[in-house]
Amino acid sequence: MLHMIEHVFVEQSLVAAFAVVGALMLVSNFASRRLTAGRVHGSAIAIVLGLGLAYVAGLYTGGKKGVADLPVFAGIGLMGGAMLRDFAIVATAFEVDVVEARRAGLLGVLALALGTVIPFIVGALTAVAFGYTDAVSITTIGAGAVTYIVGPVTGAALGADSAVMALSIATGVTKAVMVMVGTPLVAKLIGLDNPRSAMAFGGLMGTVSGVAGGLAATDPKLVPYGALTATFHTGIGCLVGPSLFYLTVRAIVG
Amino acid sequence: MTIFGVALLALCTLIGVFLGDLLGVALGVKANVGGVGLAMILLIAARSWLLARGKLGHGVKLGVAFWSTMYIPIVVAMAAQQNVVAAVRGGPIVLIAATVSLLLCFACVALLGRFGRPEPAEDAQIRHGGAVIGGDLDDDDAAPVAPPHSVGKA
Repeated sequence: MLHMIEHVFVEQSLVAAFAVVGALMLVSNFASRRLTAGRVHGSAIAIVLGLGLAYVAGLYTGGKKGVADLPVFAGIGLMGGAMLRDFAIVATAFEVDVVEARRAGLLGVLALALGTVIPFIVGALTAVAFGYTDAVSITTIGAGAVTYIVGPVTGAALGADSAVMALSIATGVTKAVMVMVGTPLVAKLIGLDNPRSAMAFGGLMGTVSGVAGGLAATDPKLVPYGALTATFHTGIGCLVGPSLFYLTVRAIVG
Repeated sequence: MTIFGVALLALCTLIGVFLGDLLGVALGVKANVGGVGLAMILLIAARSWLLARGKLGHGVKLGVAFWSTMYIPIVVAMAAQQNVVAAVRGGPIVLIAATVSLLLCFACVALLGRFGRPEPAEDAQIRHGGAVIGGDLDDDDAAPVAPPHSVGKA
């Protein structure tokens, strides 16, 4: 019996994922209303629950893809994978107020620049503080602090050690998870309640998954504005990481 | 027809990602440069174009809006497949690099957000967008001059 149910879940993986995520949202919305009196967004609870499940599944399977490593929940991998995620992000652009987005354009560019340079400097300094002295390792760890894609792309281009690469990816993933969980907590404090600041936020935080999750948990109306700038972040990081940043670091540490 | 909206969305995404790949090759980067952002800009342009010609029908709107309402569930599925174990086990170097850069960036958001002109009043379209992305399709026909609508479920 159980085996047959499992078979259905494996065979109908995407459909099963819709049902599972729907149930997760239902529980989260209920918890939001009953346990927090609506103060914490249902989607914020759902995202934290998702991350929690990913942790448990990761411990259980030893894999890298959270719940999606369990064959029964493979559909979650498709539903939350890059393809459908990007598709849904593009769809949110349909709701964008063009005037507002254009007005904040320059702000977005400035945020993108700051959002690439600041994490890189912090990551690189941390690497130095922990005893790394070669330019390749320092650059790779610094790039990981930009996003978890910029890290390995930079590391691969520079031929970094695999342990350093793992560290770099872990830094980026940690940042993404922290953005998802932390954004709703600090939103009020940093004035994240309008399209302008959402565009600045997207450029500064970079990580598309972090921004997508963080804004969804904070206020859905901000999503397209943050995504608009965040999606340029990884590309820019991959551009300057192995080139400009590496050369600068090498010039400093020799 | 709804499929026209979905197809329009798909077409914009494909072209945008392709342009992002081209941009990456042109810049000599092993990554897609802003493909999704370019796709978003294409979709915004397509909407304005259809709107100006009076061709933005109910079906087209529904096809795109459905996928924006699926945004949050998809993000939840995305969260459920993150490598959280690696993040938790990263150790002090990972934690310090991530936390400090995050705090500095949050501070910059606060700083940049206060730049420039005073906040204009929030308009109906932004609010309507919030309702759709929050998972509500009720006032689809009234867009973009929807009546005040509670944003999300908060």
